[in-house]
Amino acid sequence: MKMKKIAALALTSALVAGPAMADLVFPSLSYRTGPYAANGIPFADGYMDYFTMLNERDGGIGGVRIDVPECETGYNTEKGVECYESTKDIGAGALIYQPLSTGITYQLIPKVSADGIPLHTMGYGRTSAMDGATFPWVFNYPANYWDGASIAINHITDLEGGSLEGKSIALVYHNSAYGKEPIRTLQDLSAQMGFKLTEIPVDHPGQEQKSQWLQIRRERPDYVLMWGWGVMNQVAIQEASNINFPMDHFIGVWWSGSENDVVPAGAGADGYKALNMHAIGTDFPVYADIQAHVVDKGLAAGAGDQIGSVLYSRGMYAAMLAAEAARTAQEIAGHGDITAAEMRAGMEALSITDARMEELGMAGFGPAFDVSCQNHGGPGLAYIQQWDADTQTWSLVTDLIASDRELIGKLVEEDAAAYAAENNITPACN
Amino acid sequence: MFYREAGDFKTSYGADNQTFPIKFDRYRYYAVLAIAYLVIPFIINDYWANALFVPFLIYAIAAIGLNILVGYGGQVSLGTGGFMAVGAYAAYKLMTAFPDVSIMIHVILAGGITAIVGVLFGLPSLRIKGFYLAVATLAAQFFLVWLFNKVPWFYNYSASGQINAPERTVFGVLVTGPNTEAWAKYLICLVFVTAAGIIARNLTRGSVGRKWMAIRDMDIAAEIIGVNPLTAKLSAFAVSSFFIGVSGALFFAVYLGAVEVGEAFGINKSFLVLFMVIIGGLGSIFGSFAGAAFLVLLPVALKIVGVDVLGWPTDIVSHLQLVIVGALIVIFLIAEPHGLAQLWRVAKEKLRLWPFPY
Repeated sequence: MKMKKIAALALTSALVAGPAMADLVFPSLSYRTGPYAANGIPFADGYMDYFTMLNERDGGIGGVRIDVPECETGYNTEKGVECYESTKDIGAGALIYQPLSTGITYQLIPKVSADGIPLHTMGYGRTSAMDGATFPWVFNYPANYWDGASIAINHITDLEGGSLEGKSIALVYHNSAYGKEPIRTLQDLSAQMGFKLTEIPVDHPGQEQKSQWLQIRRERPDYVLMWGWGVMNQVAIQEASNINFPMDHFIGVWWSGSENDVVPAGAGADGYKALNMHAIGTDFPVYADIQAHVVDKGLAAGAGDQIGSVLYSRGMYAAMLAAEAARTAQEIAGHGDITAAEMRAGMEALSITDARMEELGMAGFGPAFDVSCQNHGGPGLAYIQQWDADTQTWSLVTDLIASDRELIGKLVEEDAAAYAAENNITPACN
Repeated sequence: MFYREAGDFKTSYGADNQTFPIKFDRYRYYAVLAIAYLVIPFIINDYWANALFVPFLIYAIAAIGLNILVGYGGQVSLGTGGFMAVGAYAAYKLMTAFPDVSIMIHVILAGGITAIVGVLFGLPSLRIKGFYLAVATLAAQFFLVWLFNKVPWFYNYSASGQINAPERTVFGVLVTGPNTEAWAKYLICLVFVTAAGIIARNLTRGSVGRKWMAIRDMDIAAEIIGVNPLTAKLSAFAVSSFFIGVSGALFFAVYLGAVEVGEAFGINKSFLVLFMVIIGGLGSIFGSFAGAAFLVLLPVALKIVGVDVLGWPTDIVSHLQLVIVGALIVIFLIAEPHGLAQLWRVAKEKLRLWPFPY
């Protein structure tokens, strides 16, 4: 009882000390601790730094300052719920959530739909959310897991000269909603293209993968795909190099392709490939702005040592897409203090053009695309990047590869219809 | 003065046997119930419900269940997470298979199914004890989580392996799903907690509980005086698993709404509930509540103080949380091995003597 009183006291004082009402609130549900911290930290830093840069350089978005309250989820759904509840009413209300966790996303999809707050799950979460008629509050542009699976297979097909008949491909996946997402797509592709698919689950957190890689060593698949996250990535790449698996036949999804994943394996990781939904490196004017307005002023988030890494760039990209959506929302609404509902309208009307990317100092960083009610999922394009252990750099080895949207569209339709039936939703675009 | 048996005359056997023989205790109990039922539902909001009260109440049911097994029955179990998963998946399958049946019945049936599973995994307790039994229940934990991950039937063949709670009502009020009001969530959990507390309290002070305690204290002696170890041990497993199954069903349906078995019901959950029981006090119903409150509220309180009041970085606060909670557990185990319940017992003794201690 006493503890509750203390908590009550602390909570009231916290609410009193909250931010001014007029801020645009973009809560950051981050994780800087636990087995997924190695990947959570750079993303959270990038997300935070971009907004800090907008505040410092432009005074926010459309003249309204941005507030980014951070809440530690530890990639844990219970803490994620606590974070969501504690941040959703800050100021005039949260505008958008990006939890960077498929588990928390599944948790939040019904909640945000009931509370009317947009959820942007960039390249993760529930794939069928790209059907905006069924999931009006959820967005997953510019690409999703099923795109990723299809792009990886398309890349392999190119390498093999157009046919995968008789080939074998193993999928090493995190045994959770996240890792299971691509399985259905890969099964369909396997039936369609005639390759043999072996599914190899790795349980959370994935520090122990000896038996999985022993199986790979025994079965010798032609290619290995990986849907991993956190410490699982590092261990898998290390194990692959231990069994001398050809690294250029080992392809990770975009969440298994950061510096933190490959560096621990040293020279053994050389040649490892991963998907990426955006360009890499720091040769973009936006990085100069971040350096000038954030880092040099000592405002960098976290330890400030992640700038320019793959996941930092992705966090920054996510923040940029949110900021652009907020700008679009302000234009539509005609005022600066947008609400969550106006933010949603802005996201659905979002149009990223090459010219706009250049204005933002990110020319060629990501694809140009338009969001519509029918398609919350963007174009579904990705690069393949490859790790060079000598220079310790990633480099893009392909152009943007398209996914098989015909197949994915069919699967999305099925899954969205099942969700709509389960939850009594009448899909509608207005 | 105010905490005395003196002057509180019992005129019937019923009155003599009541749970709270001291008048002050009795009124305090009624006051807690009155506040819980008549005050909190009117002032609760989403944050208080989802971050504090609902998890506290649900973990309290789980802790009561485990306390029956470990504290009263003396059978160490590390399978709590797995049994909660059974409750959750049973509730999910029942909710989707029989949408017209009340969720209250589903939750109770889920508890019943968990009780059957618990008895199955309790069978080894007839031959093995102590640490060896703990390892056997650990097998239950890993087997059950693996099973719910592996067999698509349990999650209705959904692409992601997640289970989602559909919307269900009690007396026309939504209690599951995202549109549930905070007070409805809180009240349905409170009803189950109250029932669990009353049932557990009365079981443990009746003949069933005495048999459990006899087995716990010395199983051979208990057998000699006529306690059947088969029924005593298996009934402890059944009752314990029933409560744990109910808490698992509520955890999934009311609290989280969507669950992934490995993440929500992993080994960490088993340890968390075991810590609640140990910190709260083995063999005490009040201890189950105290332990659940301690481990649910303390991290949230530390987070609020660290991040929102003091403005420290979230990762430092999160690490400090681990340090502080861990240190408190160690300090507690050294300073008061019998848990928070023992502190409460000592306080009551002192109150009895106050203001003239000897």
